[in-house]
Amino acid sequence: MSVTVRIPTQLRELSGGASEISAEAGTVQSVLDSLQAAHPGFAERLFDEQGELRRFVNVFVDEEDIRFLEGVDTPVADRATVSIVPAVAGG
Amino acid sequence: MTHVHGLRCRECGREYEVAAIFTCEWCFGPLEVAYDYDAIRKAVSREKIAAGPLSIWRYSDLLPADRNPAVDLGAGFTPLVRADRLAAELGLGELWIKNDTLNPTNSFKDRVTSVALSKALEFGFEVAACASTGNLANSVAAHAAHAGLRSFVFIPANLEQGKIVTTAVYGGNVVAIDGNYDAVNRLCAELAGTYDWAFVNVNIRTFYAEGSKTLAYETAEQLGWQAPDHVVVPIASGSLLTKIRKGFDELYKVGLLDEEPQLRVSGAQAEGCSPVARAWLDNSDTIKPVKPDTIAKSLAIGNPADGYFALDAVRQSGGGLAAVTDEEIVEAIKLLARTEGIFAETAGGVTIATLQRLAKEGIVRPDERVVAYITGHGLKTLDAVEPTTGPTAVIAPTLDAFHEAFPPDRIQTPA
Repeated sequence: MSVTVRIPTQLRELSGGASEISAEAGTVQSVLDSLQAAHPGFAERLFDEQGELRRFVNVFVDEEDIRFLEGVDTPVADRATVSIVPAVAGG
Repeated sequence: MTHVHGLRCRECGREYEVAAIFTCEWCFGPLEVAYDYDAIRKAVSREKIAAGPLSIWRYSDLLPADRNPAVDLGAGFTPLVRADRLAAELGLGELWIKNDTLNPTNSFKDRVTSVALSKALEFGFEVAACASTGNLANSVAAHAAHAGLRSFVFIPANLEQGKIVTTAVYGGNVVAIDGNYDAVNRLCAELAGTYDWAFVNVNIRTFYAEGSKTLAYETAEQLGWQAPDHVVVPIASGSLLTKIRKGFDELYKVGLLDEEPQLRVSGAQAEGCSPVARAWLDNSDTIKPVKPDTIAKSLAIGNPADGYFALDAVRQSGGGLAAVTDEEIVEAIKLLARTEGIFAETAGGVTIATLQRLAKEGIVRPDERVVAYITGHGLKTLDAVEPTTGPTAVIAPTLDAFHEAFPPDRIQTPA
């Protein structure tokens, strides 16, 4: 039961340079928590002081933005891909 | 030379050297250009600006790229038109239209593109690229051609035909994506990490966005170096609105305005893509992305990069926001055309319909000096008005036929 987490360039210093990390299926929150457990430092980059996902951090489960789903409570099923995408640009 | 001393994160304040980067490595917040305003204050004067070119480059002291050499097709210094007839229809007093349809590729995007590609050349890039809802596509393709740069322009495949033709004609690569703008944008973020290209609104966005400030500079100069009381600005990513407000503030900061602007800022969105207006109407601090569905395709950004900053600007300044329907947009395009002789694209319809709504609600008031920003030309979105706009009559080439269509007792007879 594992999922793939895609790590953006800015966070690869924490993942030892890896662009993808495996994690246990669960929810977005549990997946991100497991990143912190395996690679300390992720949490303070992804979450603000109140423990909320920083507003310029975008998380996608497969191709869908979790804000269209259930936020950090969105289920992440086996073999799903979680992408962490830094601030959108554009416009 | 410019008066830039670095880049700064808008979210957490961390500072960076000038480079083709756009997000804070720490918190992912967007970066902004940081200037040495004391140096600018010493360098600028109203006289120096008046002696400059009739383009955005007359304000080069306040821009992050050098004027010599700039990638310049003549963007900017568009007319500020007094709109008394429209004001009367809307129950307003002193109303002005900033007619930015009159740019080299007929939208305000020429301002940001001119700055972005000037900076791109400075950085040594050889390929210009962008994610676009259409207007930027036109502008990047044209400016890249002018500068002798290769170009890759990425657009949603369902864009208006007019905007595709007016991009492809410049000979660069036009890539239509099977998806909406937010999908195009995501792909471009990945491509920007893969190819060493100047994506004007991704890795060059920090500099690019500064070009929009010139809309404030020009407005103030054209009003005799005064700020208006209230501006109404369309919101797509939210950058334009944010930068117009910043532009007026900067003019005071560097001594070009005598009085501190008391500017109220209002934002315009289409109901079918209104994440920022929705947050305001719901009194929420969270901007929830949406899947756009509106004829105002140039504003159809469901996940606006600067949405939070635009919302803050509206709240702090005491302005308002509205989300207007497609029918209101079409009617507003025609209202502006009928009363002022200015033909706007759908985004302009959104702005005028919002102005109308906010005037009715008393948020935009008759005692205010108001400026509405019309950012793109109506010829770009003919589809929007075509079904309800056409000849008054189709007749045979005879006097009888004319008289039949227009009975002489019902129209004024010629002298």
